[in-house]
Order: sequence, then structure tokens, then C-alpha cells
Amino acid sequence: MVVKVYGPITAACPQRVLACLLEVGVDFELIPVDLESGEHKRPEFLLRQPFGQVPAIEDGDFKLFESRAIIRYYAAKHAESGPNLLGSTLEEQAQVDQWLEVEAHNFNEMVYAIVLQLLILPRMGQPTDKALVQNCTEKLAKVLDVYDRRLSTSPFLAGEWFSLADLSHLPGIRYLTEEAGLGNLIRERNHVNSWWITISSRLAWKKVMQLLN
Amino acid sequence: MKLHGSPISTATMRVLAVLHEKDVDFEFVPINMATGEHKSPAFLSLNPFGQLPAFEDGDLKLFESRAITQYILQTYADKGSQLTCSDPKKMAIISVWMEVEAHHFEPVTSALAFELVFKPLFGMVTDPAAVEANEAKLAKVLDVYEERLARSPYLGGDSFTLADLHHIPTLSYLIDTAVKKLFTSRPHVSAWCDDIMARPAWSKVVAMRK
Repeated sequence: MVVKVYGPITAACPQRVLACLLEVGVDFELIPVDLESGEHKRPEFLLRQPFGQVPAIEDGDFKLFESRAIIRYYAAKHAESGPNLLGSTLEEQAQVDQWLEVEAHNFNEMVYAIVLQLLILPRMGQPTDKALVQNCTEKLAKVLDVYDRRLSTSPFLAGEWFSLADLSHLPGIRYLTEEAGLGNLIRERNHVNSWWITISSRLAWKKVMQLLN
Repeated sequence: MKLHGSPISTATMRVLAVLHEKDVDFEFVPINMATGEHKSPAFLSLNPFGQLPAFEDGDLKLFESRAITQYILQTYADKGSQLTCSDPKKMAIISVWMEVEAHHFEPVTSALAFELVFKPLFGMVTDPAAVEANEAKLAKVLDVYEERLARSPYLGGDSFTLADLHHIPTLSYLIDTAVKKLFTSRPHVSAWCDDIMARPAWSKVVAMRK
């Protein structure tokens, strides 16, 4: 059964889901959603995702939204057959959950605000709040300092192996380095930089990039 | 198990609620935010982001309330309230609404709690524009919740789970403010709020605030 993923390849949250599906070897069909024409706010799409955001998935009769819930489901479903992205023990799972939460609350908030100001608003003909961007960039720098210290003690966020916690960061860091002109935040921190090079070199992520380009 | 935090911190209360639902023993270590204790080297070794709460279970150290609640749930699966479901698809639906709480409910409600509850406590002035903007956002979020709760008794499905519990601390602050009307004017949301805040485990958390 092929999983239908609704959303544009250009958006971060669909990329997060595709990276996971590719890691665990689940076939999918990407069904584009045209954000510019407001397709995601129309009644048909709101039936899939009541907040009018992407992505949403459909796996036979089973429907889900929220990218981090989707990746948890597929990682758990294929934990035995594929790479273990969630951890084997309760303690390992807790570490993965911890850094997934850090991504969602400490990292994503800043990245989202920066992307909104630098990339999305200008496309809508609206001005960038430069002071806000500066503020968010400074906060993000401090967050990445914590990451750098963490990654000086282990190669991946949750420990010795690649997990959902690392995967969840891929789209956001790609935005920073390739579209927002903030790659220096990554490059200036040795351990964060090595980690980024390692995780973005994974085959699954390279396939997502191929779909994007 | 040790929980380091403050009984007025919503994230700390989120973990306290689960500890009481599970009826497990734990030691509560108060952290004094007023003196900046959460930014001290000792606390930063427990949570490098200097945020509450932090948690220890033997050698395991954790931070992020929603990671801690899930760890407690899985470690004490046989004790107290279940708060989850073993079926993977039902668990996924619960997970969806935990994400909704984190990404849609929490940002606007914590901004409102900051303006309406914490600023006055600290002698700061509430920003009416921020209140108005966040109330408008919250109204839209609660419209989705009303729709969901019209079809399902709890957010994750038929029973009370972490998806509902994670809302309680911030909800409990807002229900004492003018924002209450956004909840009480939506019948299914209103009934759900009354239900989840009436849980005995939650009253034990509230008792700790005094």
C-alpha cells in the first residue's frame, strides 16, 4: 500500500515526513498542494488537516496530520525491519523524545520565525521585520551553542546512533543554510557542522533533495 | 525519581499531573526562578537550556516536559491511569493531538497566560494588542477543537490520554481570566475542560501551588 503524502516538496514539514518514509523504506506518492493559491485553506483540504497546514497523509483508510506524529508512527511501525530511529530501551526512547521536543520548541520556533520574515512575507509583498530576525538569530545562536556542547559528547543528539531527533532537524537546517543565508550559524560550530554534514549525507535525505531539485 | 521545578510553572505541572495520575513516588525539588536558580550551573547541568522542569530517574536525566511525561507513562505502564493506548494506530491519533497541543494551543495560550496572569504578578503592564491578537488565534484553534470534541469524547479518542492532559496546566490559568469565555462559549470544549480539570490527580497538583 502506497502512502499518500499531501503537501508541496518545497515545504519543511512534508520534507520531514518524506525523509522518514525513505529511511524506513515505505513507498509513497507525493500529492502536491498549491499553497500560493490557498489550496490548503479550502474545505476539501481542511477535511484532511483542520488547521489548514501541510502535510497530511492517507494510508489506506488511515489518516494522520502533524509531521512529528506521522514520523513517530512510521518509525515505530518499522522499528524491527528498518533502521531503529526511536531507540531500543526506554531510556534511549526518552533521549530521542527529549531532543524531538527540543527541535519542536527551542529550535523550530526560531527557524520558523526567521523563514517567515526572510522568505515568506517578501513573497507576499510584505516587509521583513529586521529587528525580529536579528533577535531570533541571536536566540538561535544560543540554542545552537547548547547543541554544539551536546554534540561534542556524542555523534548524534540522542546518542551514538541516528534517530528521529536528528532527522527532524533536516528541513529547518536546510532552510538556514540554503535559503536564509544563515549557514554561518552551522559552520561556525564545529560539532554542529560535522553533525549536519553527516546527517544531510544520508541517502534518504539526498533522495528528498533530488525530489526538491 | 526527582522532579526539579516550580509548582507555578506550566511545564512542571504537566509532569506533576502525570506523576499523580500514575500514583508513583517522587521527590519534588523546588527551583527558585526569582533568584535565577534555573540559570545556575547546577541546574544547567540538568537542563542546558535553563528551563523548567528537569527530571532524574537513577542515572537517567531528562528535560522537556512532554518527553518526561511519555517516559513516565511507558516506565509505569501498569500503574495508575493508562493515559495512552497500545494499538499503534490509536496511539498515532493521540500523538497527532499531542502535536496539536504543542504547536497550536501552547504558543497562543502561553502568550495569553503571560500577558494576563504572569505580567500582573511581576508588576508589568499587560499589552492589550497582544491579548487581542492571541485571542483571535485561540478562537480559531478552539473552533477546530469544538469540531473534534463533537465527534470524540476526548481529543485522542474514547479515553483521557496525554493528549488531553498536556493542556491542563495552561488551561487552568486561562480559565481564571477573561479568556474563559472562549472556552465556555463552545459547548463540547467547555464540557471537556470541566471534565479534565475535575480529575483527582489534577487537584493534587493544584494543592501544591498553595
